[in-house]
Amino acid sequence: MSQTTALPRWADVALLPVVCLALALCVAGIVVALVGQSPSQVLAALVQGAFGTPRGLSYTLYYATSFIFTGLAVAVAFHGGLFNIGGEGQATLGGLGTALVALWLSPVLPAWAMLPLMLVCGALFGMVWAAIPGYLQAYRGSHVVITTIMFNFLASTLLVYLLVNQLRAPGNVAIESAAFAPSAHLMSARELLALAGVDWPGSPLNASLLLALLACIAVYFFLWHSRSGYRLRAVGSSPGAAAYAGIRPQRHIVLAMAISGALAGMVGMNEVAGVSGRLVLEFVSGAGFTGIAVALMGRNHPVGIVLASILFGALFQGGAEVAFDVPGFSRDMVVMLQGFVVLFSGAMSYVVARPLAALLRVWQLPGAKHG
Amino acid sequence: MAGAVSTPALQMAGIHKRFGDVLANVDVNFTVAQGTLHGLIGENGAGKSTLMSVLYGFYPADSGRIEVFGKSVQIRNADDAIACGIGMVHQHFMLVETLTALENVMLGAEPHWHLPSAIKPVRERLEALMQSTGLRVALDATVADLAVGDRQRLEILKALYRGARILILDEPTAVLTPQETQQLFAVLRQLRAQGSTVILITHKLKEVLALCDQVTVMRAGRVVDDMPIACASVEALAQAMVGRKVQLDRPPLEVAIQRDATPVLLAQGLQLCDASGVQRLADVGLQLRAGEIVGIAGVSGNGQSELLDILSGLGAPDGGSMQVLGRQFVSGAWLDPFTARSIGLAHVPEDRQARALVMDFEAWESAVLGYEYLPQFCRTGWMRAGAMRNATADMMERFDVRPRKAALGSRKFSGGNQQKLVLARELGQAPRVLLVGQPTRGVDIGAIEFIYSQLRAMRDAGCAVLLVSSELDEILALSDRVLVMVQGRVSGAIDIADCNEERLGLLMAGAAV
Amino acid sequence: MDETLIASVLASAVRLATPLVLCALAGLFSERSGVVDIGLEGKMLFAAFAAGAMGAFTGSTTLALMAAMLVGVLLSSLHGLACVSYPGDQVVSGVALNIIAAGLTVVLGIAWFAQGGQTPPLPVDVRVQAHWQWLVQAVQPLPWLGPVLGQALFGHNLLVYCAYALVPVAWYVLYRTRFGLRLRAVGENPQMVDAAGVSVQRLRYAALAINGLLCGLAGSYLVLAQSANFSPHMTAGQGFMALAALIFGRWKPWGALGACLLFGLLDAIAMRLQGVDIPGVGAVPVQAIQALPYLMTVVLLAGFVGRAVAPAALGKPYLKNR
Repeated sequence: MSQTTALPRWADVALLPVVCLALALCVAGIVVALVGQSPSQVLAALVQGAFGTPRGLSYTLYYATSFIFTGLAVAVAFHGGLFNIGGEGQATLGGLGTALVALWLSPVLPAWAMLPLMLVCGALFGMVWAAIPGYLQAYRGSHVVITTIMFNFLASTLLVYLLVNQLRAPGNVAIESAAFAPSAHLMSARELLALAGVDWPGSPLNASLLLALLACIAVYFFLWHSRSGYRLRAVGSSPGAAAYAGIRPQRHIVLAMAISGALAGMVGMNEVAGVSGRLVLEFVSGAGFTGIAVALMGRNHPVGIVLASILFGALFQGGAEVAFDVPGFSRDMVVMLQGFVVLFSGAMSYVVARPLAALLRVWQLPGAKHG
Repeated sequence: MAGAVSTPALQMAGIHKRFGDVLANVDVNFTVAQGTLHGLIGENGAGKSTLMSVLYGFYPADSGRIEVFGKSVQIRNADDAIACGIGMVHQHFMLVETLTALENVMLGAEPHWHLPSAIKPVRERLEALMQSTGLRVALDATVADLAVGDRQRLEILKALYRGARILILDEPTAVLTPQETQQLFAVLRQLRAQGSTVILITHKLKEVLALCDQVTVMRAGRVVDDMPIACASVEALAQAMVGRKVQLDRPPLEVAIQRDATPVLLAQGLQLCDASGVQRLADVGLQLRAGEIVGIAGVSGNGQSELLDILSGLGAPDGGSMQVLGRQFVSGAWLDPFTARSIGLAHVPEDRQARALVMDFEAWESAVLGYEYLPQFCRTGWMRAGAMRNATADMMERFDVRPRKAALGSRKFSGGNQQKLVLARELGQAPRVLLVGQPTRGVDIGAIEFIYSQLRAMRDAGCAVLLVSSELDEILALSDRVLVMVQGRVSGAIDIADCNEERLGLLMAGAAV
Repeated sequence: MDETLIASVLASAVRLATPLVLCALAGLFSERSGVVDIGLEGKMLFAAFAAGAMGAFTGSTTLALMAAMLVGVLLSSLHGLACVSYPGDQVVSGVALNIIAAGLTVVLGIAWFAQGGQTPPLPVDVRVQAHWQWLVQAVQPLPWLGPVLGQALFGHNLLVYCAYALVPVAWYVLYRTRFGLRLRAVGENPQMVDAAGVSVQRLRYAALAINGLLCGLAGSYLVLAQSANFSPHMTAGQGFMALAALIFGRWKPWGALGACLLFGLLDAIAMRLQGVDIPGVGAVPVQAIQALPYLMTVVLLAGFVGRAVAPAALGKPYLKNR
């Protein structure tokens, strides 16, 4: 799907993302300085807030969990040759699916039946929400970028409608659903670690982190070790070769989007089942877009995605702490940084790669093309 | 030769150009006399296209000097080249399909910012130009509606309109029938008579001998020979092109193999119209028997590609039927590539880069493309990487694919090695029917001989081979029977013993023989 | 139905369609030259912020307009750097610009105005006014047509008329000028244009500059005419809607105009229908009407437009091949 840069392989995979990140941090740092903050102070507070305390670390990992799901979603779609910008809407629908089945069945089912059901439902709803644009692209030629953007808007209006009109607990002023019964509750990190006798502070971090890591392993094996994954990558890389091989592109486009949507839909398990225990309005809050940044930085590989997710989780958590301590700092700075990361890793990687390749040549590093 | 030497139209001296590790042009000296037809020949990758791209300003040379009509010039972009009086007709036409012929000519040289005012003087000039050269094109037709021959005429008109005194033509006859080729030659001779200088880039030696005054031979980025046509012959030129004696003709007639009379592939009444309603195949039928190579000759674009697609299952016809290897297919319930492979039909596609290999995959993954579901490569939905790598190593060994690295990206192999890998993959499945399109396009001469021997070996082992090639020499060297396609029809079928270029040329022009 | 209702709906439609028209024209130039523009939303947002901030700082309408257009051009040029001078992915670049704009506008807004990201409301004399109220009054007495014509056509501010006037201008530039011919060619076959001696990069950068100017106008409309200040995320998807309108209009100026007016009309009707009972259906939920333009976009993309012919070279970076 992408052009190849002039860099040797190791630099392309490992060095370039780091350089792009550094550039994004620099530019963001300049903005921070311009608005009167001290970039180094902000950065130090950020790192401290993200990793300095067990509680901070928990929050970082909790954010990272959602990003792993959405990052995997974008990555799978990329491997299928598609740009899935609809992670936001698919995660919304996933949460909706999780919540609906929880509200309906949690009073009567035990946890061991309820939780898998919630997972399946959430993934299913997300899957459908992505499969429709996938189908439209594969069989009607409608550009998946535009349709997924539209579906994002549709998802949010749907959620608002349902919460305001149908799901709101009677007598409740807040826009949220009734609470789920305890069986629909995913164990938090605190509870899990307590089982092992470890004392851990409370935080939103919950068992869905394990789910996210499992998803990473599953995606890896699917893409690079399964026949379906082989075919999906072939379609994404070279639709002509795939057709020649008897692989039907349309089918695999829909498959790629479906898996993508299912992954994004699992955000519901983290937010709705793991944290709020009820359906609220803003439970996705930009995780879909962060997933794009995470996938780009992680070079569409599960290992890279985990690392990039932790990075962004740290930025979000650290950012929240800094917002407490440093007046004038807001979460929007993290959004802005995220945009710079997408810009540098995604669009401007060639702009960065050329001087980088030149530098490598000058320093005569191994693998660099000889001048 | 005594006497005043007039200034050459073009003098390129000491041209160097490299792309990364590839030395495309090495110390090239190229001189063209005014008012001559000069041929520039060489194999694919010899550096002739690069040299002309440098001349036309697509990229600058790393070093060297260019003089046009005695004046030293710097050509940094196409605009500079046009200003020097250099015009180029590319192999892949540079035309905007949605605009009219006139707009295409005008683009870049519009006399006025207001289009309606600009069109009138352009039209007048073009009419005059069409009169003087004899090249006629419908100026107000949208390019999408123009036939190939008309588009080429338009391209030449475009170059002349911009004042080209040196006209470069890159493989102009690749898309023309022999008769159209003669018409083109007449135009070029007319242009020479009017004082234009023409450089003809081609690998067709017979055309150079028929048309040109002088010929320059390039090999591996260097100029290896430069001679007036009187001193040249096909054998001498071919030898200069490859550096050694080349046997292009077929080996002495082998003993005819006892062939089974029943065809393994029988296609009848194939019809196909493309998306814009143009008929690509009209009532095409053919038979293939075990142990023979049938070659389909014809200029590209007469339905051969579409026929290959249909026979391999990549596309389906609008009408017609096919019996292959005991299975029956009719339009509406046609073959698909998966079924094709499962019954023993293999396909080496024309477009290697877009079809035969996934360029982003490593060689070991490309080496099972189309066969990834076979039990040796896949078990219960999971790929067996070890088995795949072993199979790839084996393929590389048997077909001498270099470098012998199964983990190397498919893109990194040269054209010849990519083709060998594809052949290894397809032939390795011991197919009973083999469809091959342009097997030696972009392949170096050493690999060509190897590929020919492999195809002959398949035939001798009882496989039925259908060969599509735009190289008539290749068809004649390999085929037992030759079919000619023109305008989507099979215009004739001849046994190899009865074949000669004249007959084939006539068939390619659609005349009955 | 009552004339004042029709008049006010039509007037609303015209006003709501204005930023869409400007953005769609911006997208038109960019996409006809072969560069995909997903970043219309971000550019409009940032331009709106620039107009609001400049207006608050200097109190001058002209300076606010110029700031907005300058920001638009800068962002478009950045897009050009990534995608035209280098083979960056055009969609990713657009998405990046949107995210950056969303964050950076709020960051700067908080830093400069400390009002949670908003810019202070602009005084009346800085905002663009309707100038032809006398004409509206003059036309009122006409039976039935009067109020409709008056409000719907004559009662708007200068920026609105500017936007609609730009549609025939865009048509003229695209189809009757040398620049337009070259622009259309470069979106179909950039190799051809290069071989004809015209710089592909210069054409595309020119198209992007026009794109930036128009996005700047769109953004300044939001702040100088529609509301009185900038608030975070105020574009609310209009950039995407403009892109959809451009696609319906099959990348032609008049087609895009028609689609924009349609969406504007839908939006205007949506506001009127809030809480209103439709016989047989009951109260239409607000969200359903809000979702309608997006739904329509998807339906139309799936059904009619489906395989509409985009400029052939759209989305592909132009690389000189060997």
